[in-house]
Amino acid sequence: MEVTESWYLVLGALLFIIGGTGLLIRRNPLVMLMCVELMLNGVNLTFVAFSRMFSDIRGQTVVFFVLVVAAAEVVVGLGLVVAILRRQPEATADDLNVLKG
Amino acid sequence: MLELVWLIPAFPLLGFLVLLAGGRVLGEPRAGWLATLMSAGSFAATLVVFAGMLGEDAQDREFQQVLFDWLPVGNLTVEAGFLVDPLSITMALFVTGVGSLIHLYSVGYMHNDPKYSKFFVYLNLFLFSMLMLVLGNNLVITFLGWEGVGVCSYFLISFWHTRESAAVAGKKAFVTNRVGDWGFMLAVFLIWGSLHTVTYTEINAAAGALTNTTATAISLMLLIAAAGKSAQLPLYVWLPDAMEGPTPVSAMVHAATMVTSGIYLLVRMNYVLSDDALLIIAIVGAATALFAALVAVAQHDIKRVLAYSTVSQLGYMFLAIGSGAYVAAIFHVITHAFFKALLFLGSGSVIHGMHDEQDMRYMGALRKVMPITGATFIVGWLAIAGVPPFSGFWSKDEILLAAWEQPDIGPVLWAVGLVTALLTAYYMSRQVFLVFYGEARWNDPRPEGVEGPESEVHPHESPWTMWAPLAVLAIAAVAGGALNLPVVGDWLVLEHFLEPVFAHPHHFTSGTTTKVVLAVIAVAAGLLGIAFAVQVWLRRKIDSSRLEPKFLTEAMYVDATYAKVAGGPGTKGFDLAATFDKVVVDGAVDGTGRLVRKVGELIQPAQSGFVRQYAIGVAIGGIAVVVWLLSGTV
Amino acid sequence: MVDTIVFIVAAVICLSGAFGVILARNPVHAALMLVMTLFGIAVQFVALEAHFLAAVQVIVYAGAIVVLFLFVIMLLGIDVSQSLEIGAMQSQKIAAFGFSGAGLAILGFLVNRVDNAATGRPPVGGAINDRTTNVSQLAGTLFDDYVYAFELTSVLLVIAVIGAVVLARKPTRAQVEAGGESEGSDA
Repeated sequence: MEVTESWYLVLGALLFIIGGTGLLIRRNPLVMLMCVELMLNGVNLTFVAFSRMFSDIRGQTVVFFVLVVAAAEVVVGLGLVVAILRRQPEATADDLNVLKG
Repeated sequence: MLELVWLIPAFPLLGFLVLLAGGRVLGEPRAGWLATLMSAGSFAATLVVFAGMLGEDAQDREFQQVLFDWLPVGNLTVEAGFLVDPLSITMALFVTGVGSLIHLYSVGYMHNDPKYSKFFVYLNLFLFSMLMLVLGNNLVITFLGWEGVGVCSYFLISFWHTRESAAVAGKKAFVTNRVGDWGFMLAVFLIWGSLHTVTYTEINAAAGALTNTTATAISLMLLIAAAGKSAQLPLYVWLPDAMEGPTPVSAMVHAATMVTSGIYLLVRMNYVLSDDALLIIAIVGAATALFAALVAVAQHDIKRVLAYSTVSQLGYMFLAIGSGAYVAAIFHVITHAFFKALLFLGSGSVIHGMHDEQDMRYMGALRKVMPITGATFIVGWLAIAGVPPFSGFWSKDEILLAAWEQPDIGPVLWAVGLVTALLTAYYMSRQVFLVFYGEARWNDPRPEGVEGPESEVHPHESPWTMWAPLAVLAIAAVAGGALNLPVVGDWLVLEHFLEPVFAHPHHFTSGTTTKVVLAVIAVAAGLLGIAFAVQVWLRRKIDSSRLEPKFLTEAMYVDATYAKVAGGPGTKGFDLAATFDKVVVDGAVDGTGRLVRKVGELIQPAQSGFVRQYAIGVAIGGIAVVVWLLSGTV
Repeated sequence: MVDTIVFIVAAVICLSGAFGVILARNPVHAALMLVMTLFGIAVQFVALEAHFLAAVQVIVYAGAIVVLFLFVIMLLGIDVSQSLEIGAMQSQKIAAFGFSGAGLAILGFLVNRVDNAATGRPPVGGAINDRTTNVSQLAGTLFDDYVYAFELTSVLLVIAVIGAVVLARKPTRAQVEAGGESEGSDA
């Protein structure tokens, strides 16, 4: 059985779905951030697969930028988590409803 | 040199901007001197332009300078442009000339006022607006200046706005002037609607095509505008109250310059004025002249006498316009500017010396302590009383002659003017005698309820910045008549200078005998008035109490009637408007707000504050987008 | 044959790691499971001949970001993080199942049609060739075509760093005294 690019695409999509599901069911803000990383990696895999599929290096370039954005997101996200949990040690994502309309 | 016309309003504008930004920093007296310098610069620029104009032939003395297209709207284009012709330059000359003198006077008069620099901000802005009004090459620019002088007038009337009467007077001037402005706007709309232009030269060229009805309608709207600004019946009520402002303002805005802008407007639009409208203008003018002179007879406030006198003299000018004698009107505008500014500044000097006392009953014998003020004031008195050879005689005589030559009701108009002249001579003599002659009543006890001065009054002569303008204006008031002397053959300088501006130059038809007889009668009337005043007020031979009936002191109850009408049925109308505003207008506004609030309450639960619910929203949206994209490929 | 084995092994690692992340009760375990997934993806990158990205994946993700996660968990104290277990509201669970179901449905649809859904487009300008290495080709696009975007990412990173510093700073004494009563006046 030959490995085609579509296999990678399916794997990326599965990672994305798992990450999204985790984001919806977990309450721990840290784990939610990890789930976001999972989703981003699923997308990254898809980009690289397409890059190979179309012989286009720019797919890999995009992954590079996604990496940077992910790093920035994690830095700020974790900063927020630290600030929030320092104030409310028991907080979950559902407790942070100050902005409730 | 005509191209320098933009400099004329640029100087006061610059002064206004500088003073607005840094007036407080400059402080007293530098702010005042700067403003005076700018005004003088404007006067110099006007002289240069005037000299340039004299270099041209009489028929070529019309010059337009367009700075830029100000309002290009559809097929209406309003230019920001200047029109320099004999009429506008004459107005600009005396506006800047008298204005500069009054600036100089204010430097001394406003001494120690806490809002010293702000006063000069307004004064320079006023001068700028007035010059825009006079020099604009179309009705819209003139309207800009018209509103500009108006707003400065309100600022300056209520300059001491902590005094309630001043604030109320400012409001009154504003409301009354709005009526006039309404007339102005309608006139502009009518002209635009019928001639498709607002530029003076084009209006003049096309005015012949107007039907008599349209022309009359426009003229009457212009008359309402002019009656508002120039304080004619029935819109004069604001001017006497405007005396709440500082005296230099009364002299400049409410005697010499702004109130003559109505005259200017009518003269400028002389191509449009129809014969029917001219008759109405003449009647309005004559009625105002007589009415105001009657009221002036019984006033006690030194400035109110002069205010009613101004209304009366403006009535003369309207009478002149109505008689078609535009030159006479402008001539009287100029001489009136000289002697009335002189009288006002003189009264300001008196008030200054008397420590803010304005009631003539508590003055007297000031001639000895204020010699310069007294002498110049007497010159102004003789000028306004129509005693030859002072300037007032010449201009007033011309108006009376023009009225006499009117068909049908000419003699009636003339008779009204003559009576007014008699009354003018009387009330001005009364004022002079009360203030400068007789015995000193400075510290007489006041009747119950009237506040007297806090300490004993010791009148003194004013500083040189105040009496120097008086002296200059006194010379002008004596010699102003030389502009248009009818006696010596061709010595009608102003007449020939202004002639190209008019559609139908006015020519007197009476023979020399008639002219002389009329002049002698006018002088006799003036002398009679003076003689009567001498008997009553100087020699005290006639009991004066019956000469000041309450009916006249209260200005024939016109103000009271206005107040009643506005306060009675008028208030109901206002209430109705207020209800409309509250229910319909506010209802629409509030309804919009309530609608938004209701919608917000409806969708508020969506903002649960649960981050993960928001994530579901994003997920659903994302899936929907993907499904939609894929649906195209099926 | 080797390709297939590599793919299947790496895919299993990835998926089990992913499930581990969302199912682990202990956040530390979740973080370690995340490392597993990231390694699996790095292997896939190698298989796809994206060697540079594979290296970056290991260094940046596994080396830096996951370490950052672990660091925060340790910083906040294991008690705090341990008390957070899997738990979700009923509606939340239904939504999650709906999401994964819909995602899987779309995936199945795409697998069916993948040949004509996303192929047939020739490379536009960034064609991979065999003459130069993967790194130099990547650098070529990154520092040439996308140089402004690349510079902007550096700005983004600086902003993120400053933001993190501001967020993580302890409130000063003055702020504590001023905002002692009110919730959320500083953070």
